[in-house]
Amino acid sequence: MSAGRTGVASNSAMAAGGGGRAARFIDWVDERFPLTAMMKEHVTEYYAAKSFNAWYVFGVLALVVLILQLVTGIFLTMSYKPSAEDAFASVEYIMREVEWGWLIRYMHSTGASMFFVVVYLHMFRGLMYGSYKAPRELLWIVGMLIYLALMAQAFTGYLLPWGQMSYWGAQVIVSLFGAIPVVGASLVEWIRGDYFISDITLNRFFALHVVAVPLALMLLVVVHILALHTTGSLNPDGIEIKEKKGPDGIPLDGVAFHPYHTSKDLVAIIVFAIIFVAVLFFAPDMGGYFLEHANFEPANLLKTPEHIAPVWYFTPFYAILRAVPSKGWGAFLMLSAIVLLFFLPWLDRCKVKSIRYRGWQFKVALGALAVSFVALGFLGLQPATEKSYVYAARVFAAIYFAFFLLMPLYTSRERTKPVPERVVFHGHE
Amino acid sequence: MVRNSLHQHSRSSFSVLVGVLILAGAVPALASEDAGLHDLANNDVANVASLQRGARNFVNYCQGCHSAKYVRYNQLARDLGMTEDQVIHNLMFGAARPTETMDIAMRPADGQRWFGIAPPDLSLMARSRGPNHIYNFLRSFYLDPARPSGVNNLMLPNAAMPDVLWELHGLQKAKFEEEEHKGATQLVFRKFEQVSPGKLTPEEYDEFVRDTVNFLDYIAEPMKLKRQSLGILVVAFLLVFGVFAYLLKQEIWKDVR
Amino acid sequence: MSEEASVSRRQFLTVATSVTGVVGLALTAAPFIASFRPSTRAQALGAPVTVDISKLDEGAMVRVVWRGQPVWVLRRSQDMLKRLADGKVGLKDPQSNESIQPPYAKNDVRALRPEYLVVIGNCTHLGCAPLERFEVAPADLGPTWVGGFFCPCHGSKFDLAARVMDGSPAPTNLTVPPYRFVGDELVIVGEDTGAKA
Repeated sequence: MSAGRTGVASNSAMAAGGGGRAARFIDWVDERFPLTAMMKEHVTEYYAAKSFNAWYVFGVLALVVLILQLVTGIFLTMSYKPSAEDAFASVEYIMREVEWGWLIRYMHSTGASMFFVVVYLHMFRGLMYGSYKAPRELLWIVGMLIYLALMAQAFTGYLLPWGQMSYWGAQVIVSLFGAIPVVGASLVEWIRGDYFISDITLNRFFALHVVAVPLALMLLVVVHILALHTTGSLNPDGIEIKEKKGPDGIPLDGVAFHPYHTSKDLVAIIVFAIIFVAVLFFAPDMGGYFLEHANFEPANLLKTPEHIAPVWYFTPFYAILRAVPSKGWGAFLMLSAIVLLFFLPWLDRCKVKSIRYRGWQFKVALGALAVSFVALGFLGLQPATEKSYVYAARVFAAIYFAFFLLMPLYTSRERTKPVPERVVFHGHE
Repeated sequence: MVRNSLHQHSRSSFSVLVGVLILAGAVPALASEDAGLHDLANNDVANVASLQRGARNFVNYCQGCHSAKYVRYNQLARDLGMTEDQVIHNLMFGAARPTETMDIAMRPADGQRWFGIAPPDLSLMARSRGPNHIYNFLRSFYLDPARPSGVNNLMLPNAAMPDVLWELHGLQKAKFEEEEHKGATQLVFRKFEQVSPGKLTPEEYDEFVRDTVNFLDYIAEPMKLKRQSLGILVVAFLLVFGVFAYLLKQEIWKDVR
Repeated sequence: MSEEASVSRRQFLTVATSVTGVVGLALTAAPFIASFRPSTRAQALGAPVTVDISKLDEGAMVRVVWRGQPVWVLRRSQDMLKRLADGKVGLKDPQSNESIQPPYAKNDVRALRPEYLVVIGNCTHLGCAPLERFEVAPADLGPTWVGGFFCPCHGSKFDLAARVMDGSPAPTNLTVPPYRFVGDELVIVGEDTGAKA
């Protein structure tokens, strides 16, 4: 057997006894496709720090949820009807008449909310350990693009059941685009494809949700993982493990992705699965946060619900929107709240990556951001009437923006702690 | 054992996050201060006898105007412990077959003309308004000569629905009192007063409504009991799987220094 | 723990975890695969159809739809049954060995009761609807024609028991669906008692 272009000894040559049918088959594939090379580069010889803590599971969990949503989505699409007349009834058809349809539906609705739980925790890990800093700026930006695509996916998907909240939530968000000067009104009509949110809008949102955005998401996830594997993963101490390699070229603080991280991630996936399953089988509505009560009523164009709120994962931004008395400025600030995240690698002037060794300024700021984000989320769920809530939203929105806008100032003066040479890891002793 | 400690501040942010999330769940429930009854239905969808009575109540009193179009009669046979013949003889008054859905003859356009609003389908009412709301709604009709139907409803002011169950619960009046609230006087509900008795005592009527609400709760999500019992099995399986995976992980990691 | 014991512990745990994982995967896949089965709506729409034959005249035929297919119920007169029995027509599948019918319809009248023929009205060639030609010796079908069905698309001919005649492109007799009688007034197409004759 030839060595192949990579210069790597063929599998059958390496296998004891000079080959078996399986090894020869893999050689045949390797001569035509970099299968073994890819497995080595990305799985068996990809080294990541041994000191990963629980915050590092959320990337894998996001991938698991993505696969779950894709599979359950395919099966839902087999029975769902994307027309204003049939959509609501088709969801009930799936729930009641398709064998195990209710399970597939609940998996998808629970998965949608869990996707955001996992992604927000994944992003927070990045904020804590400096995963967005050089040389991982592009990784962070691709991640932010995934977040945007995810929001588009959730938004288009939520219209599909054609319930009261589906319809009126879409009505509110789509009309936000009208705030854009000059082109606003035409843009809104262009998005809707009609003079109001109609069957036409539903059908196109269906195409976006089932084909366009999933394709974009999958492409972005591949790019995200390739970018990660180029720089290598970071760790809770913010140390670049590739700077200290052993004589064999393997980072001293690294362990192979398989079997070390795969075995660890399996435990995390099972723990996540237990939480997921507990929600699915015992509280799929989650008190009206995962499946909103108003959405069990078919869309009625003539009757606005008492209280329109977006699904919980959008509420922090919704609170920022409502905190501002002007529609145009509210929309602009809401958008900025997301866009600012893209600039994080350049706003942060501190050279130290991990919060473990950073100054008190960043710790306070990040804590304040977390509290504000959650508080805004809570406020976004409330009815628009309470005056004290509006004032509170303004305060928390100000803190949120201050985190980013003042960052160049407070991060350039941080009194950091000395960063250790090697990762902090307590093994079996 | 590997001790992967969360750094102090990230740990406190996390606990703040959890704390606020728990509060966020509690407050919306307290936020609404609407008038009306706040009694609990206390229905039990596992109580098949109650569901059978509720089904009987529904087809006799509600189905004249309200469809349950996502429910098939033969499904009632399966879930309510009845034979198909029993369903046909006790729950079906039209020419429909057991495989068909619980539709009604009234067309939405007619309902709109007669009542001002078409009586809604009730298949999912218990999921959109909740069993407690419906329970209180059916016990909140009171005499109101200002209304064309002669009645009003505390839970849904100026409801278009007539008091279909008046013979069972009798006639009652609502007592309102004036109250100062933020500088303006408001009429606040105090209590109901029975004017004439119905065929059922108040306790019997509450039981009647509870059975009906129980039936509506069941049809809103017929697979609820099945999903709960299956959930226990799935969690048990995952726990076993988790134990194996954890031990395997420990074994693989034990030599990492 | 010794080296060997450690390796075998690791092997055991790997096997235990893998087996549990595969079982879990199979159990998770099962509902998805099951979801492909006909839904309760399909079952309701595909439910047996009741046909009222109490007012069906001799020689008359009523058409219903069952599972998306046309089903014919023909009340054969005594004369028609006689013509059927006496007919000297060449048949491709006289014993109905190649054709599809329940066991109780595998006879010379292809029916549970001779008086009523219940068949699916689709030609077994390419699916056209054959025409009723119950008259004797019409000009276009010739003097030997004693009644039956004629498919206009490609000329297949069937007798009064819907058996295909020689020279027809259709390979088999018209399909008989499962059916049963309720007294003398009703035929239920789509279900039978499971009886053999």
